[in-house]
Amino acid sequence: MAPALIVARRELAGYFATPVAYVFIVIFLVLAGALTFTLGNFFGRGQADLQPFFAFVPWLFLFLVPALTMRLWAEERRLGTIELLLTLPLPQWQAVLGKFLAAWVFCGIALLLTFPLVVTVNLLGQPDNGVILSGYLGCLLVAGAYLAVGAAVSAMTKNQVIAFVLAVALCFVFGTAGSPVVTEFLSTRLPILADIARGISVAERFGGFTRGLVAARDLVFFASFIGFFLFLNAVVLDHRKAD
Amino acid sequence: MSALIEIERLTRRFGGFTAVDDVSFTVNRGEVLGFLGPNGAGKSTTMRMLAGFMPPSSGTARICGADILEQPVAAKRHLGFLPEGAPTYPEMTVTGFLEFAGRIRGFKGGELDDRVAHAMLLTQLEGVRLQPIETLSKGFKRRVGLAQALLHDPPVLVLDEPTDGLDPNQKHEVRELIRRMAPEKAIVISTHILEEVGAVCTRAIIIARGRVVVDAPPAVLEEEGSSLDDVFRRLTLGTEAHAGETA
Repeated sequence: MAPALIVARRELAGYFATPVAYVFIVIFLVLAGALTFTLGNFFGRGQADLQPFFAFVPWLFLFLVPALTMRLWAEERRLGTIELLLTLPLPQWQAVLGKFLAAWVFCGIALLLTFPLVVTVNLLGQPDNGVILSGYLGCLLVAGAYLAVGAAVSAMTKNQVIAFVLAVALCFVFGTAGSPVVTEFLSTRLPILADIARGISVAERFGGFTRGLVAARDLVFFASFIGFFLFLNAVVLDHRKAD
Repeated sequence: MSALIEIERLTRRFGGFTAVDDVSFTVNRGEVLGFLGPNGAGKSTTMRMLAGFMPPSSGTARICGADILEQPVAAKRHLGFLPEGAPTYPEMTVTGFLEFAGRIRGFKGGELDDRVAHAMLLTQLEGVRLQPIETLSKGFKRRVGLAQALLHDPPVLVLDEPTDGLDPNQKHEVRELIRRMAPEKAIVISTHILEEVGAVCTRAIIIARGRVVVDAPPAVLEEEGSSLDDVFRRLTLGTEAHAGETA
């Protein structure tokens, strides 16, 4: 087994050995369900799809994912185990990748547990399950993008509160960069920046997935986005691990 | 015998403060090096650099010929390292933790089980094998860290205060263990318990203000003064007093 997978397995077991996992999953499911049925008007819309759910998931991840990543490296520092982990014979990027994978799989588990929603729409009507599937894929990719940002931020600071706030702020920037409010403001003043804002927007890419469009360029976007922040994580870790 | 640990002009600065200043030494197979010094002298920093955790500001080190900067993974494969304070993952069981370290080191299946069982035997951990580490006493936690360092039977052992927090019987056991392993390995232990140096070390290095001030067998040190304590105090306080005058 690759060292990254061994690290991921240990991390994932660690989530479930503490209340972190259960609190995260319960809060995620309660909020996702409540928002979908109340604000999302799930029944009143009269349509057999999961659009209200997909509209809220990125906003939930905006706060819950940084809560997950803030302790990623800070906790290792606090316990001193970072010294143990990084003196085991594994390349440093494998440790970075392993931690990321564990958190990503964990978000995947949380998403999987929203399956009653899928069952419900299938009982009530004939939804396009392809669109639902691509929507879930989009959610997973958004989670991955936010996780990569949060993990990199967590490597920068020992302080978990700072890691959380910075990660939320950064994820918010990437989440909303493509929204009309931002791009219209920019296009009247600095048109070049408007294009860039649309280009780096996670939400913009996610929109395609919720409509059932799985485009290669969106997949490439998420892959390079995640790759870039994991690389940043490894670089920061290399410089700051002993501080 | 060839040197298993070669430290070459290792230096580490933190801002304007030089924690480790141009330290060079080698350790051969069969040697147990006691690394002594007052708190803050640079013992842990030197060990962290040797273990590949903290990059040196200048200089380098080799473990079994593998450069810690150019071939970090190869160097770490030959090394068993007990970090300061023996950190472990508190929520894991003793067995789970040792299996994790063993898997990273490439053991699997029956061999992994054998390695873990052997390491637990050496450090007398069998009684607590399925307990979460956070429920263990300080002495047990230290031994879990030690078991992790011994798991792969490495030719080089670097142990940062291996007997800290152990009761006298456990200290005795750990010293016996180190003595038994000594002939085939190069071992570096840091300590500020001076009796330990006389008990297990074949050689002592005293470090003060980041510099090596003495490198001699403990017997020679004891001849110089009335006791190791006196020698230690004279050498380490001497440098500090001297540095204080020039400052």
